[in-house]
Amino acid sequence: MVRDLTLRGIQEGLRNKEFSSREVTQAYLDRIEALDPQLNSYTQSFREAALAAADAADQRLASGDARPLEGVPIAHKDLLATTEGRTTCASKMLENYQSPFDATVVARLAEAGAVVIGKTNLDEFAMGSSNETSHFGPVKNPWGTNAVPGGSSGGSAAAVAARLCAGATGTDTGGSIRQPAALCGITGVKPTYGRCSRYGLVAFASSLDQPGPMAATAEDCAHMLAAMAGHDERDSTSVDRPVDDYVGGLEQDLTGKIIGVPAEFFTEGLAPDVEQAVKAGLDQFRELGAEIREIHLPHYPQSIPTYQVISAAEASSNLARFDGVRYTHRAADPEGLIDMYKSTRSEGFGAEVQRRIMVGTFVLSAGYYDAYYLKAQKVRTKIRDDFAKAFEEVDLIAGPTSPTTAFGIGEKAADPIAMYLSDLYTTATNLAGVPGVSFPCGFGESGLPVGMHLMANFFREDLLLNAAHRYQQATDWHTRVPDSV
Amino acid sequence: MEFEPVIGLEVHAQLSTRSKLFCGCSTQYGAEANTQTCPVCLGMPGSLPVLNREAVRMAVMMGLAVEAEVRPRSVFARKNYFYPDLPKGYQTSQYELPIIEHGRLRTEPEDGEPKMVGITRIHMEEDAGKSLHEGFGDNHTAIDLNRTGTPLIEIVSEPDMRSPQEAVAYLKKLHSIVRYLEICDGNMQEGSFRCDANVSIRPKGTEEFGTRAELKNLNSFRNVERAILYEMERQQEVIEDGGHIVQETRLWDADKGVTRSMRSKEEANDYRYFPCPDLLPLDVPETLVNEARSSLPELPDAKRERFITEFGLKGYDASVLTTSRELGDYYERVVATGADAKLAANWTMVELLGALNKDGRDITESPIAAENLGLLVQRIEDETISGKIAKQVFEPMYAEGEEPDAIIEREGLKQITDTSAIEGVVDEVIGENEGQVQQYLDGKDKVLGFFVGQVMKKTGGKANPQQVNQIVKDKLDAKKG
Repeated sequence: MVRDLTLRGIQEGLRNKEFSSREVTQAYLDRIEALDPQLNSYTQSFREAALAAADAADQRLASGDARPLEGVPIAHKDLLATTEGRTTCASKMLENYQSPFDATVVARLAEAGAVVIGKTNLDEFAMGSSNETSHFGPVKNPWGTNAVPGGSSGGSAAAVAARLCAGATGTDTGGSIRQPAALCGITGVKPTYGRCSRYGLVAFASSLDQPGPMAATAEDCAHMLAAMAGHDERDSTSVDRPVDDYVGGLEQDLTGKIIGVPAEFFTEGLAPDVEQAVKAGLDQFRELGAEIREIHLPHYPQSIPTYQVISAAEASSNLARFDGVRYTHRAADPEGLIDMYKSTRSEGFGAEVQRRIMVGTFVLSAGYYDAYYLKAQKVRTKIRDDFAKAFEEVDLIAGPTSPTTAFGIGEKAADPIAMYLSDLYTTATNLAGVPGVSFPCGFGESGLPVGMHLMANFFREDLLLNAAHRYQQATDWHTRVPDSV
Repeated sequence: MEFEPVIGLEVHAQLSTRSKLFCGCSTQYGAEANTQTCPVCLGMPGSLPVLNREAVRMAVMMGLAVEAEVRPRSVFARKNYFYPDLPKGYQTSQYELPIIEHGRLRTEPEDGEPKMVGITRIHMEEDAGKSLHEGFGDNHTAIDLNRTGTPLIEIVSEPDMRSPQEAVAYLKKLHSIVRYLEICDGNMQEGSFRCDANVSIRPKGTEEFGTRAELKNLNSFRNVERAILYEMERQQEVIEDGGHIVQETRLWDADKGVTRSMRSKEEANDYRYFPCPDLLPLDVPETLVNEARSSLPELPDAKRERFITEFGLKGYDASVLTTSRELGDYYERVVATGADAKLAANWTMVELLGALNKDGRDITESPIAAENLGLLVQRIEDETISGKIAKQVFEPMYAEGEEPDAIIEREGLKQITDTSAIEGVVDEVIGENEGQVQQYLDGKDKVLGFFVGQVMKKTGGKANPQQVNQIVKDKLDAKKG
């Protein structure tokens, strides 16, 4: 039943009493039970709590006081704090951690009526681009189970692609929503920094992290983002500014919109099949009335090293609280305090997390701060300036989301640099703070999905969703579901 | 060779906000362990800080009180280090861009010249929790996180002080100011006002600074003085023995009266400060500065000057009476009853403060209302009682909080000013002490005091001493013929 339904379709079906929330919730839970042992996209599912919530939603639907997402089953990335279940961050360190509070976006989706069916797998503490660094094992790509789903929100992307939920939350620090969305053939939005509250998002890199929606279509994402976005007094970096009508703006005509395509994107490193699909996508936008114009983002090539320095620096500090003293894993029988810290953190964190903590500690150290951290901040300003300049003349910036389609499990695990390049096109938006969306625009040579990336000026999520939606009205890439599920 | 010390102080003052710096938890001292905490001050995963604006206002007040510049934009930074009572693994503080810079403070060292001490900076930060190492068994440490996240300001002086006395005078002045501003309760025992001292020595007359040691655990004015004095002597010995001072942190042991090495510069943490990405830069608008300026109370220096000009007090007395806002207010209420200002100053400082100090109380806990002390002073002025008798009246006033007139009445302490009554007693005494009369007649003037004493004794101290003096002298002189 739910295999062929989008979030929007479920929303409508529930309103029209074609089925109940209990029925769709049950259907997703059954699919999880049947398919997820293979995919490993969930860290946990909440059968009892979900069905209870579905029943409550059905009552509201029956009595006519349904809220926007009433009864719609969704999943949360297991980096967002939930009072239901555990909040593991896919780390041994927090394997048994229960949060005393809900993340703001979790609470807002609940207030909008969504039913939470489980929490999705991810790269440990969101550090990774392939979902291979999870303490609970790698997630498989539903389009080809030898392939990675991307990361870090790989569990959410795979779960949506395999229709194991109607939509899912993700978090995006350098591409963690958009790159897995591209690799799994779904739609994912990284909102403007400050648009969605970070309260309850277990911080990886605080100045870059942003939660956002992941679903089959742009329309689905618009419905989710409408519930998630908005100012939160508990997050000083969230912006107090009205939320645009994302759903109401979906049908806007694209005629006369100018889409900039940075020359820097179509260079070495971009796979030919991805390039071809993205260029076809650009043609589609031309047909929809948009003007395509070549632009330049001269500092784009510096975005990966800049991102690596800043994100690692912040991570090294953010992850210091996992020290064995309070709620985390604690090493057995340590010899004194220092040994407890060392053993706990050596045992509790995986290799990639340890690598980033060490890099981050190094770049903030006396004698290196200026050369690395401060320099990176200066480049970050230049990258932001590039965007500001570009958005003076264009409405949107387009390109590939990731340089390749999904790569094989284990293929890049031993080569961190190759892995980091998977985020080549996405990290700059996080550094600048502007929003981006990835949506499917075709398939590559191996039959794996290709994602197209659109970026817009600050707080223009409405335009991103509008453009992606118009594209999806003209194409059917987003309707494809892998045969394996 | 003669050496002089170079001293700079770092003072942490806990701000008297009701809630913590980045969350709504209470800052009340003494609650049951770990009851005043929440996900934010516990640093639970996903929690985020939100700045307490009242703490900002207090920091600005302090800046204005020391004539400093308030930075329109300052930045919170993370100071990273591991410690069990630091739940986030970093302390949120200010580093490169503090909220306050370039201030100065006028100090009045006892037995020294008034001196201006520069204030380098004042920054805002959160306190850590407390580790309790005793009472939980071997190898166990208990952690109380009630204090975690309590707002502090750190006031960093220039290395301007040249003696332990100057350092104490500076510290006392700061202590006085934070209490005048009502931004800190100043309690050194509970740790809401703490001081570290940077101390080095150099040959007197030279310019270059020596290598400094940072002294910690100085939890009283007395200990600040003792520790600095000890450290000066220790450093001098090292140098005179041909050694070198190493830059290090030293802990003051008040029981043994020594400082001990805690960690050297090499062992010092690299705190890896960087701007806190969870907090926006702190903008202090001009309006806030102006509001703070207009709400500044009269500060100790201004009050001291006013007491000198308005009440004719001596500088030292004016300084003592303006040590705290409450004491100054109390004194002014004594004077307001119509009491003589100088006499009122004496009674407030000597008798009242003496009694309060003995009991370990401060002026706000005085059992004698200012109005009653004023009445007592007036009774001395209008000669209802002598100064000596007044001390007898003071005692029950202090013990029971009674009014002076009631005590004078009940105890019959009213001064005898009736000349004929005094003359009668004087005649009696002269009649009973012929030997002493002869001495006086032989030119031994000193014996006069004996007669006065005897008269006072017979009248229970109530006779007016000036009158007694005069009458005794007149009568004895009359015998000289």
